[in-house]
Amino acid sequence: MSDKIRKIEGITKESTQAMIDEALSVYPEKARKKRAPHLAPNDAASGCASVKSNKKTVPGVMSARGCAYAGAKGVVWGPIRDMVHVSHGPVGCGWYSWGTRRNMMSGITGVTNFAMQFTSDFQEKDIVYGGDKKLKTLLEEAHDLFPLAKGISVLSECPVGLIGDDINSVAKQSAKDLDIPIIPCNCEGFRGVSQSLGHHISNDTIRDYIIGTREFAEPESPYDIALIGEYNIGGDAWSTKPLLEECGLNVKAVWTGDGELEKIAATHKVKLNVIHCYRSMNYMCKVMEEKFGIPWIELNFFGPTKIKQSLRALAELFDDTIKEKVEAVIAKYDPIMQAIIEEYKPRLDGKKVMLLVGGLRPRHTIGAYEDLGMDCVGSGYEFAHTDDYDRTAPEMPDATVVYDDPSEYEFEKFADALKPDLVGSGIKEKYVFQKMGIPFRQMHSWDYSGPYHGYKGFEVFARDIDMAINSPTWNLVKAPF
Amino acid sequence: MRQIAIYGKGGIGKSTTTQNTVAGLASLGKKVMIVGCDPKADSTRLILHAKAQNTVMDLVRELGTVEDLELEDVMKVGYGDIKCVESGGPEPGVGCAGRGVITAINFLEENGAYTDDLDFVFYDVLGDVVCGGFAMPIREGKAEEIYIVTSGEMMAMYAANNISKGILKYASSGKVRLAGLICNARKTDMEFELISELARRLGTQMIHFVPRDNQVQRAELRRMTVIEYSPEHPQAQEYLTLAQKIADNKMLVVPTPLEMEELEELLMKFGIMEAEDETIVGVAEKAAA
Repeated sequence: MSDKIRKIEGITKESTQAMIDEALSVYPEKARKKRAPHLAPNDAASGCASVKSNKKTVPGVMSARGCAYAGAKGVVWGPIRDMVHVSHGPVGCGWYSWGTRRNMMSGITGVTNFAMQFTSDFQEKDIVYGGDKKLKTLLEEAHDLFPLAKGISVLSECPVGLIGDDINSVAKQSAKDLDIPIIPCNCEGFRGVSQSLGHHISNDTIRDYIIGTREFAEPESPYDIALIGEYNIGGDAWSTKPLLEECGLNVKAVWTGDGELEKIAATHKVKLNVIHCYRSMNYMCKVMEEKFGIPWIELNFFGPTKIKQSLRALAELFDDTIKEKVEAVIAKYDPIMQAIIEEYKPRLDGKKVMLLVGGLRPRHTIGAYEDLGMDCVGSGYEFAHTDDYDRTAPEMPDATVVYDDPSEYEFEKFADALKPDLVGSGIKEKYVFQKMGIPFRQMHSWDYSGPYHGYKGFEVFARDIDMAINSPTWNLVKAPF
Repeated sequence: MRQIAIYGKGGIGKSTTTQNTVAGLASLGKKVMIVGCDPKADSTRLILHAKAQNTVMDLVRELGTVEDLELEDVMKVGYGDIKCVESGGPEPGVGCAGRGVITAINFLEENGAYTDDLDFVFYDVLGDVVCGGFAMPIREGKAEEIYIVTSGEMMAMYAANNISKGILKYASSGKVRLAGLICNARKTDMEFELISELARRLGTQMIHFVPRDNQVQRAELRRMTVIEYSPEHPQAQEYLTLAQKIADNKMLVVPTPLEMEELEELLMKFGIMEAEDETIVGVAEKAAA
């Protein structure tokens, strides 16, 4: 939560609403009526969502959203490194979601990590006769080829739900036959309005099949925590995990970045869950709270200001040993961070950024930009819900535009009006804005860079933002129209 | 080439009626192809004297992909030079039979099964139009004529009316038309009058009343049509008449399906159903006593 309401010169509720109305004016009446509640000026003081969210995309517009399968495979399951993840259905879904999220993994391929593409590669005959027998064979073969894999997830693509392939019964039988956990996940792409439902379904599956099935080998300690909703994008977890360990905490499991099945399965034994990506994993934090009495805390590790606040909030939940260590850590990194800010801030001060990312970063990264002297003049999510927008309101400057599941047209239109110095969004947006002559960073995958989390990540973040905005390239670009 | 789809309640005798009628058309000198659209694959056995022919989908499963399939692998020629194809599909409870029909018909089209010398193509379709796959035979460019096999039994008439609703939907956007009801008699009361009246209400005709005769079963036991087994038998004459009527039929209509109340009224009028007594609805036997 930011301390005071910030304003941006030239941006008022009226000016933002006028910009929104102009963007909406080109839509047919029905689409306009549907889109209007998803676009609004931020009301920072209210601390409440100013827009509607988690609704079906208006047909005919270009949306950046993914599907339930994408949420399950790409976000929750894919990063667990010591499991085989099977994309059950035609080949494309698995192939094009393979490694694209840049959730990094340690280990040796085929031994301690299995970041390969496993698919049942449906053909016509599998649709007509069912893919259950093929799945059974696939599971046997995967286990034969990779006996060290700790388990197998079966992720349903659309046709599986249409033809009613009973993956749950195949998984149950094969788990018994092969004596490893086999987890069926009914995350057919057509379910729900975005990838968000895929996260929820996957959380429920972890609840039903995994949590509580293992114990940690080491004895319990009062400092045992788990890091939830940390996917190790560009190596983020390799920055946050050591940081928390430096503070004296034992990070027993990471969900699910560079994740290990057995550690995830034993997470019911930790003393606290620290959640980073609330949108994709709040469900399991709530489950573990209700079922095992584990408290949870939402923290933000982007930029020194937020990191400092987060570490202190975390220390409050522990004894003086941790409090002292946290202060020592802050004291150690503060001057390093100050040096970074001193280097980059003069070149970035007053620059404006617009964001459109998934379900967390549109609010969580704002502080990091502000540490560099930048202002967020517009932000929005692909698939956030009302509780995410509630959390966004105090983070954004007052009256700046909030957009939920914006169409490419709306996003372009707003950028045209606001003239940001940087847009942070995804691969589908990247070239649109670069062609408009606007510097861009791909903020789902850290644009082939990273980590951006933690103290270690801020240095990389600051460098990348400076490089993007102040690249001399932009002086050479002249649009041909 | 006229393409004809046969629909009707499950078990009403669609396959038997289709094959006997097609045999009739063949003996009138017509070139016909039957496309069975039912995973049970029993739409061609009387023509081929076979238990069940190799289906398109069975061979696809065997060969791996539909691209590896040749037309002659799946098309057999039987009595009266009738060409026979079965789409095939999964055993009950798995997979997607509807997709099997789509795959099979696409295969036939792409591989030139619909030759110019054919006078008729008959699609013998499973039960009801339960999903898009079983509507494949009446999509654009396919069957435009539909016959519904029914009887004087209440549920068969309900089904006929329901199928008419489906046809109405497709008729509004395409060329599909209802061409008539075929009454496959079950010897229920006033069956002829009842189905004639139902046909009238639907805006169509009862194209033929096929009387019940055990000769059909006797022929079936030998995996033959009546026309082939006993051409002189009166039942063979019935199917020949039906075949001739279909060949001559020009009455293709957009059906006017009945509301549930109208249909029940009709059944009451012919004494099939008693007037509804709302006081007994939902009252258990003991409570009523």
